[in-house]
Amino acid sequence: MDLETLIQNFQKKDTAAFQQLNKMYAENICGVINGILKNPERSEEVCQDVFIKIWNNAKSYNPSKGRIFTWILKIARNAAIDELRSKSHKNWKKNLYTDNFVGNFEGADHNDSKVDSIGIERLLKGLKQKCIQLIDLLYFKGFTQKEAAEQLDIPIGTVKTRNRSCISQLRENMKN
Amino acid sequence: MDVKKYIASGILELYVAGELSEEQNLEVHQYALQYPEIKTEIEAIESAVLELTKSVSPGLSSKSFENVKKQLGHVIPLEPEASRPRAPFTSYIGWAASILFALGALWLYFENTALTSEIEVVTQEKQSLEEEIKRNRNAIVNSKELLNALRAQSVEVIALGGQTVAPDAYAKVYWNKGNQSLYVDAQGLPKPPTGYAYQLWSLTLNPLTPTSIGLLEKFAENEEQIFEFDNPNASEAFGITLEPEGGSESPTLEQLYTLGAVGP
Repeated sequence: MDLETLIQNFQKKDTAAFQQLNKMYAENICGVINGILKNPERSEEVCQDVFIKIWNNAKSYNPSKGRIFTWILKIARNAAIDELRSKSHKNWKKNLYTDNFVGNFEGADHNDSKVDSIGIERLLKGLKQKCIQLIDLLYFKGFTQKEAAEQLDIPIGTVKTRNRSCISQLRENMKN
Repeated sequence: MDVKKYIASGILELYVAGELSEEQNLEVHQYALQYPEIKTEIEAIESAVLELTKSVSPGLSSKSFENVKKQLGHVIPLEPEASRPRAPFTSYIGWAASILFALGALWLYFENTALTSEIEVVTQEKQSLEEEIKRNRNAIVNSKELLNALRAQSVEVIALGGQTVAPDAYAKVYWNKGNQSLYVDAQGLPKPPTGYAYQLWSLTLNPLTPTSIGLLEKFAENEEQIFEFDNPNASEAFGITLEPEGGSESPTLEQLYTLGAVGP
């Protein structure tokens, strides 16, 4: 079944299609949420809430406005940031701006953590810190180009091209 | 369109990140349908993002989806993107202001159109009023001329009395022998039936000889019912008969309406 048909079935409230989407994207969505929350148990709960939300709001997805993964990604980011705000009150902004998704496994006990640290090391091999920061802001935290440019202190015109080259490097690493 | 250049711009990476405006999203979607290279590129970018996000997943428990399924009845509404650390309020002010401005501009446009057409109407009214004034002035001038003509010293007034056909009818002739002009006041004549007209005759009595002076044409349309003629005849009496439209060679005496003799 192609993605279009799967989405159509999902929007008709077909649970099999929903389960398929969950299987396709749950790990990624939970990865994004955990990249923000740094709390595997809490992340899994928020992640489940996100999938309940997308089921209940299936009809509001419009394929001409973006990929279905992007749609779920946006919902997940908002849910994670809401969670961060409600749980860590004073420090949530500081956490959001200073940490990035990589901090998730850095310094953690590799044997204990379920995070696939070998996988991420392979993917990020050779990527400069400014690439990791930019990917973190755009994909994990949902900053706009303008916000990301301000945060990284670079011209807004640079965001698009730099991000392109960072993702290209990521794609190169995937092949190896 | 240069597909390679479009791909190299980095717009597709932002598309996958969900960082484009609604318009840009639609544009990318259209191009993806149109150019297979763009669709393939989007999928490749998405795969890279999927791979990366998956690599930081904490690992889901096997019961994860079952937990979701249990809660499917619960409705959790989607929240708008108000959760991020930004101030959307200011951006709404811009929108609200531009909508207000657009409404204002629209209102002014309609107001202007309405006023323009009002000016047109008023201009037309002014024109027709000016024409009416002109007509009235002409009417006054005509009346004065008529009055002067009737008041002249050499004018003789001849009263024509009703005859057998119309005993109540009457008319008056104002004849200026000096300049041979003649006016008939036909106010006392009934409206002629369609197809007929009154004809004015000059008569000499011994022997009785009628000479046509003219027709009282367009009787109904003549408001004052005063008709002007030239009369060079040495008339001794005047008569008005009803004749078929266009007039007759000699008067139809059975249809003699009024008759009157010139004084000595």
